[in-house]
Amino acid sequence: MTAKHAALAEKFIADEPRINWHDETLWFVREKRDKAAHGLPEWEQLREWGSQIKNHTLSNLSNYLKEFEEKAKANGIFVHWAQDGAEHNKIIHQIIQKHKIQKIVKSKSMLTEECHLNEYLQQHNIEVVDTDLGERIVQFRKEPPSHIVLPAIHLKKEDVSETFHQHLGTEKGNNDPQYLTEAARQHLRNKFVESDLAITGVNFAVAETGGFVVCTNEGNADMGAHTAAVHIACMGFEKIIPRAEHLGVFLRLLARSATGQPITTYSSHFQKPRQGQEIHIVIVDNGRSKQLGREDFRNSLKCIRCAACFNTCPVYRRSGGHSYHTAVAGPIGSILNPNLDMKANADLPFASTLCGSCSNVCPVKINIHEQLWKWRQVIIAEGYADASKKIAMTAMAFLFSKPKVYRLAGKMGRTIMQVFPFLTNNKWNVWYKQREMPEPPKESFRDWYLKNGKINKNE
Amino acid sequence: MKVALFVPCYIDQFYPNVGIATLQLLEKLGCDVAFPLEQSCCGQPMANSGFASLSTGCDANFVKNFAGFDYIVAPSGSCVLHIKEHLHDAENPEKASEIRKNIYELTEFLTDILKVKSLNARFPFKVGMHNSCHGQRGLHLSSMTETMSPDFSKPEQLLNMVKDIQLSKPKRNDECCGFGGTFCVFEEAVSVKMGKDRIAEHEANEVDFITGGDTSCLMHLEGILKRQGSKTKIIHIAEILNSIL
Repeated sequence: MTAKHAALAEKFIADEPRINWHDETLWFVREKRDKAAHGLPEWEQLREWGSQIKNHTLSNLSNYLKEFEEKAKANGIFVHWAQDGAEHNKIIHQIIQKHKIQKIVKSKSMLTEECHLNEYLQQHNIEVVDTDLGERIVQFRKEPPSHIVLPAIHLKKEDVSETFHQHLGTEKGNNDPQYLTEAARQHLRNKFVESDLAITGVNFAVAETGGFVVCTNEGNADMGAHTAAVHIACMGFEKIIPRAEHLGVFLRLLARSATGQPITTYSSHFQKPRQGQEIHIVIVDNGRSKQLGREDFRNSLKCIRCAACFNTCPVYRRSGGHSYHTAVAGPIGSILNPNLDMKANADLPFASTLCGSCSNVCPVKINIHEQLWKWRQVIIAEGYADASKKIAMTAMAFLFSKPKVYRLAGKMGRTIMQVFPFLTNNKWNVWYKQREMPEPPKESFRDWYLKNGKINKNE
Repeated sequence: MKVALFVPCYIDQFYPNVGIATLQLLEKLGCDVAFPLEQSCCGQPMANSGFASLSTGCDANFVKNFAGFDYIVAPSGSCVLHIKEHLHDAENPEKASEIRKNIYELTEFLTDILKVKSLNARFPFKVGMHNSCHGQRGLHLSSMTETMSPDFSKPEQLLNMVKDIQLSKPKRNDECCGFGGTFCVFEEAVSVKMGKDRIAEHEANEVDFITGGDTSCLMHLEGILKRQGSKTKIIHIAEILNSIL
């Protein structure tokens, strides 16, 4: 098993004032979520409804997808199906080629990150401009987003100032957020006006209407879709919901869970192309049907990508999104990514203390921390364990199954720590790097009990 | 009422005083307490590392030791949660199921089964309460900031019966300390940073002691406190509840 997360986290943690800032910023968002949720007496009821609607949808997925396709086609929308990321990228490339398009704007879509669309199009000399402010910042820096809702949360305004100075020619050292945002705004305005094609994600696709909803705070999805002649919307197949009225549950849950807002600034409903416009929807599987077939993990597909589990995760807040080395980081990423590539992501389910806060904030009640535990069992059973860890665990299991051996080992261990403390207090002991060892007592509880306790007569 | 005391392995080996305080406290409160002598571990270290399949021997030993009691009590939320969720024994499935039902963490046993209303204890110090995640979110020993249930805390309810104690809460009352079992060594950097942040919030309250229901969290925090040369000490909640200073 690779220890990638631990190593990347250690690098991020080296700059402690920055980690403190990162942690406090995300905790602030978590607290905003708490206030928004506590403000609704029916919050737990909404979560229950959200969870049940999604459970029902996952159990009847093929029917709802077919219904959606029919309705969308009847509305004049082109519907495409992609089995994996490569097919998704190829479909988009073909649409671009058909229209001989050069300038493309994209609003935030974690699916296109998952499919590595930007890199693919770049290889074909097609430039895509990310128009979400945070995504534009990380795109300039050639970095992936570190958070699915707040893509540049790992960066401070000084970093943004330097990036904009290099790419947009802003004044060096001017860290004024107003000034920097205005520069981005002007830059992006031009990109919107010039663009011929807009790519957006999809938050909810409604089976009964064939329409879809895109949620943004910056209005960038609308700016793109309204100016370009071609609009491509990309969605993982789990984005489907049965009826339009279900939006009344999910839109209320989504923004409150994500940022503590009652609703996103823009919840844009797309139903049919305007005159002269083309709308395409690419519906992607990319491992989702495999996950759907895994009994213990299928309900991870209920996720509505609010990132509440990121903001509450004490590990994420201190290790940063890039330590998860995948498009979707955080606790939800750690139960989704092993399905995509178990070997490459074998470290992720272990990047958690199993504190359970993620499951508590999840608006659709995914049992995230229980799935992390279950993934650990699967990953070890599939043979992705570190050899040394396996030896240690086998020895430990033997020890604890033989009480006499356990007691002897315990006594020897404590004696060694007392007589030869340097054998444990050294640089090879990871615990000891930043922590003292517990002081070994002369006798165990059992030893004390045999002398002082009332011995159980049945023994 | 036949009560069996389960003293988790690391408490047995490194923190015998926690076991002693638990035993004395239960006996003071009128329980007939047995300590099955061949007990070892709950199996959690293996299972949380993905090796649940290796813990069958350990599980069988647990069942052998703890079957047949009315209640099993342990001074550890984490080990109790593990038993409740994962104890299995193919040869004695009914006994394992009984144990899963009858095992209690110390503070929930005191509040829910013994229904303790007063304690003859005194602890004249400033104390910060650390909620262990497995006790809190797993066993619901107290309300959680993420959910909408009314405020309550079984450990605090008991600590408030102790004379002259000055209780305080850290700013983030239910943030994880970063111990996390083998996480504490495999993710050492994150683990220690999480622990340091917990300690900073307790030290801002100028506490003499950090207490809690899980010695594993406290052992991790103690390691950092000692390395930092801090005057703040750790103490298990059983030791405070059993204290007659």
